[in-house]
Amino acid sequence: MQADARMRPRGRRYEAELQRCRPEVAVVDFGDYHPLKPIMVTDTKTRRGARKGSTSSSSSSSSSVPPDPLSSMLDGTDPLSMFAAASATETLAMSRSASTGDLGRRRREKEEEVVGSDFEPWSAKRGEILARFTTTEKLSINLCMGSDRGKALSPGASAVSEKVRTRLEELDDLEEGSQRELLNLSQQDYANRIEELNQSLKEAWASDQKVKALKIVIQCSKLLSDTSVIQFYPSKFVLITDILDTFGRLVYDRIWTMCSDPRPLPDSFTLEDVNDQAKETCLNWFFKIASIRELLPRLYVEAAILKCNRFLNRSGIQETLPRLTAMIRGIGDPLVAAYARAYLCRVGMEVAPHWKDSLNLNFFDLLGTFKQLGGESVQNQLVIQRVEMPEYLTLYSPAINWILQCIAYRAPESLLTEMMERCKKLGNNALLLNSVMRAFRPEFVAARASDFIGMIKDCDEAGFPKHLLFGSLGRSLVCADPPESERLTILNEAWKVITKVRSPQDYINCAEIWVEFTCRHFTKREVNTVLTDIIKHMTPDRAFEDAYPQLQSVIRKVLLYLHDFSVLFSMERFLPFLDMFQKDSVRVEVCRSIMEVFIKHQVELTKDPVILNAMLHICKTMHDSVNSLTLEDEKRSLSLLIIGFIRMVSFGRDFEQQLSFCVEARATFCNLEPVLVQLIHTVNQLAMETRRVMRGSHSRKTAAFVRACAAYSYITIPSLSSIFTRLSLYLLSGQVALANQCLSQADAFLKAAVSLLPEVPHSISVEGKLRSSESFLLDFINNFLATLLVVPDHPEHGVLYLVRGLLNMVQDYTWEDNSDAKVRVYVSALPLLAAMSQETYIYSVPKVDSNETLYGGDPKFLSELNKLCETLIAQILDHLKTLGRDEQSVRRQGALAFSLFGVLLAHGDLRNNKLSQLAVNLWNLSHKHGYCDTRVSVRTLENIKHQAQQPDAAHLSDMVQRLALQTRT
Amino acid sequence: MSATLDIRLKRANKVYREGEVVAGVIVLASKEPLQHHGITLSMEGLVNLQLSSKSVGVFEAFYNSVKPIQLISTNIEVAKAGKIPGGKTEIPFEFPLHAKGNKVLYETYHGVFVNIQYTLRCDLKRSLLAKDLSRNCEFIVHCQPQKSRVVPTPVNFTITPDTLQNTRERSLLPKFLIRGHLDATNCVISQPLTGEVVVEHSDVPIKSIELQLVRVETCGCAEGYARDATEIQNIQIAEGDVCHGLSIPIYMIFPRLFTCPTLETTNFKVEFEVNIVVVLHDDHLITENFPLKLCRI
Repeated sequence: MQADARMRPRGRRYEAELQRCRPEVAVVDFGDYHPLKPIMVTDTKTRRGARKGSTSSSSSSSSSVPPDPLSSMLDGTDPLSMFAAASATETLAMSRSASTGDLGRRRREKEEEVVGSDFEPWSAKRGEILARFTTTEKLSINLCMGSDRGKALSPGASAVSEKVRTRLEELDDLEEGSQRELLNLSQQDYANRIEELNQSLKEAWASDQKVKALKIVIQCSKLLSDTSVIQFYPSKFVLITDILDTFGRLVYDRIWTMCSDPRPLPDSFTLEDVNDQAKETCLNWFFKIASIRELLPRLYVEAAILKCNRFLNRSGIQETLPRLTAMIRGIGDPLVAAYARAYLCRVGMEVAPHWKDSLNLNFFDLLGTFKQLGGESVQNQLVIQRVEMPEYLTLYSPAINWILQCIAYRAPESLLTEMMERCKKLGNNALLLNSVMRAFRPEFVAARASDFIGMIKDCDEAGFPKHLLFGSLGRSLVCADPPESERLTILNEAWKVITKVRSPQDYINCAEIWVEFTCRHFTKREVNTVLTDIIKHMTPDRAFEDAYPQLQSVIRKVLLYLHDFSVLFSMERFLPFLDMFQKDSVRVEVCRSIMEVFIKHQVELTKDPVILNAMLHICKTMHDSVNSLTLEDEKRSLSLLIIGFIRMVSFGRDFEQQLSFCVEARATFCNLEPVLVQLIHTVNQLAMETRRVMRGSHSRKTAAFVRACAAYSYITIPSLSSIFTRLSLYLLSGQVALANQCLSQADAFLKAAVSLLPEVPHSISVEGKLRSSESFLLDFINNFLATLLVVPDHPEHGVLYLVRGLLNMVQDYTWEDNSDAKVRVYVSALPLLAAMSQETYIYSVPKVDSNETLYGGDPKFLSELNKLCETLIAQILDHLKTLGRDEQSVRRQGALAFSLFGVLLAHGDLRNNKLSQLAVNLWNLSHKHGYCDTRVSVRTLENIKHQAQQPDAAHLSDMVQRLALQTRT
Repeated sequence: MSATLDIRLKRANKVYREGEVVAGVIVLASKEPLQHHGITLSMEGLVNLQLSSKSVGVFEAFYNSVKPIQLISTNIEVAKAGKIPGGKTEIPFEFPLHAKGNKVLYETYHGVFVNIQYTLRCDLKRSLLAKDLSRNCEFIVHCQPQKSRVVPTPVNFTITPDTLQNTRERSLLPKFLIRGHLDATNCVISQPLTGEVVVEHSDVPIKSIELQLVRVETCGCAEGYARDATEIQNIQIAEGDVCHGLSIPIYMIFPRLFTCPTLETTNFKVEFEVNIVVVLHDDHLITENFPLKLCRI
């Protein structure tokens, strides 16, 4: 190996080379050419691609337009939404029966004919009720399994057969100790107990203890007659009816499977399909239930298995529903009765949705018993439980809402009108009115909004809380628009009442709803008034502290309708409103939501001082919330939001203003690095924009400005912590400075980058994982080298000052053990040096004199370059030698040798014998151990042969002769 | 021993009428072949009468149990002594259902002092070393439908303090007015008892309104007869202080086995009554009694 080989760069004529590399212009009609269009005919000829002097390959393909795979996918139903729809109905079907497959689907479809997806299902209400009706009082469960067994299940027990008797005794044993009263349960305990019962019901059923299962259900439904701790009653109803639903499903499924012995029962089965055994079992259930002593369990359990009537006779359900409806009249407590009706309606809607009569009957009966609310029993109960009338009345809402929702579902307008008239006639009708507004179609309510307001006004002050009434009305008006002419009156009337609500909590609950109505139909003036009113109500005693969710919702609604931020921020009370969010987490949350809307809806760049001020304030709030405990993700998302804002700011031609904005922003957002990075980019962009405006030649003023920009970047970059960000920003800013003819600034940037290199750590964390930084560093250095070509040497420093500096740094950097990185840098520095020695550089910066002009091909300069090359090659060869010593590193040696060979081939002047000898040696070295890729070798050879055909490249053909391909062994 | 014996009737509801054929199978299941000394099947219908201690005194009740009346009794040998192969064996059988002599087949009834019961019994005799297998199976007999038509006659009632009998202090009673009607007192056993009750007015809140179904059983014997009324079931139709003026439905299904068409024979009688029981909040108990006549059509 000749270590003293001299690197002689080969002279390049970049223009000519480029010409040669260009493919022949293909005939493409740009009129209808689009890269994404299906390719019709393409005909490309390239000289480069031709191999072994063969005729230029031409590929032509003409094909009929193939169907776009994307659009063909979307042709039918979108598979995703299909799944979604299926899973949505799946849950529905699950709750009804465990039947699978086609049958289940058909059943669903059939039911949906009557009850569509627009019917809000009970499951949607459950959670809401559970969350709303809570209590802190202690609850009790009184379960006395089997205490009235004799009466309920085996009348005349003395006469039962031996078998039955022993069975019953067994059951008694089984449940010994289950006769107990659980006292002092918290609400959560209570719910858990009920869930346990639900589980034991399923277990009992699974282990074939049907009697025990029935007992559990009876005991549970008995709990519904207990109205102590009345505030909890609606939730209790929800919990217990879950058990009943489970039971109903179990019974139905069991009988269903009894009939599907040879083949599954079709969905639309008739009585003839049901075998005697199943009928008998079903009948047995009904007889058993009919003999339950107490009214409430008998009612609930029969309602739960209502669907089973299908197995017995055609008209069973239609006959049973009115009977059960009438049976509810026997329930003395109006609240218990109302919920029983709700349950019946719920089951009725599920089993026989077309059978509306019993729904109406239920409602009329409910109206009939309405006078009980003022009755003595209720009053006494309220006194004992210390519950106020308005609160008591709200307990009815879920039940009545549900009943009315069932009735109003796809009901004719006339029916709704009739219902409304009936409500009007009744005294103490606020409760009903509320439910009417909640349950009836919003369009219906909206059309009569003025009437409703009138009725609400007439309501008794002591009864149902008015703010709830207005809340319900508001909810309807948000969904449907009232007649245009009435809108203002409605708002005025409503707000007149709302503003008088004393309790801040009630007030804000109601106001929150009406804000949306205001935003929807009115201008910022009205919204501003509303906000003013809210501030006035919520400020005393720091009432806002308890109402953050509602206040947030107010903001959300305002943002939903007011997208014009100049209008939004010009509302006087908007920012004061924001000031009410004093809890940090909430305030940041709010700011964040504002920012999200801003980024989504602010389309135009802005320099509106109102917006800027307000947004800066908001962003500052977000920024200030960052502390050392803030999560990385949180910081990132906040940064993104702030960056989104910064990108929307533009002062147009007023570049100085823009720069000073960036200065201000830097001061404000100093803790969020991504924002700083963005600011640097913005400023760099600003400099380039200035250059564009000046068409490349700066005046004295703009030159000063771009220097200021450079200074900004130069000051800002060191405050960043990520070293690679810093490096790339130095490089970028250096390039920008260079482009703007700020030579000393560019020099400073690049120098800073070079001096930063030693600090680069060996490993950095990428997406939470530690990675070796080597590849990143190599990338950066290569990039940096490419820039160095155009950087003119500093007059006060020596020749190739920066290149030497870089290479010195590379030399001194403590690379990882066993790494070729350093040598790789050397290898990639060679092309730079080769490029520098050309008479004309491959690229240059307009209006900046590179070294080509400075030195003008001065032999001294060239020899300097050559010396450098020699040193590098010597280093590389040394390294290759070291690698050769070790068996394990010969592969690396081969690869490195080959890459050096590539560089020599491309950039070296191979007419020089020594150099070409070196190249041949390198080739042989790389092939010595057989690790190189034969395909690459073959292609390289082909390429050399191809090159050799060029004029003045005859020396290459000599060389080719000496390059032997590795023979496979 | 894993051998099991079972009787399965063809009809799932096990209900038969006189003149019909009781058909079914005897199911024998055993892993190994089963050696036996003969299988017999018998059908029996019995009326068991019992005297209550209340009417005739403890000792008489104990000693003087009235002899059961046999209504039907048949015996057949299903299989002679031999061997039954392992696995599941089904042996079909049929019995014509005809009363013994000039007796009538009364409807199945499970009561306290009167019991009318029909059973099938299958016995499998085995050698001394193994226990005999035996299986009982009750089946239900419904009597022939009544020929004459039942015309429902509604019965109205009004209950006020003045209509009550058997009160000590009429003046202490709170004021109330309860009206209502039963759609019929001659009821078809397979159809529910229906009617309405309205609390028009009551000073004291109502606690509960119940329907009490009562059986009245009369047993005649040489020494005289005993008549006892006992509760069959109690169904609550109203709970709590119900809304005044609103009609509350009366609805009760007659329980199977525990009720039968009203029966009157030389030896015993089975009758039914219903009580409408109103419990007031101060635990006053107001009862209105209606005798029923049940029939089957």
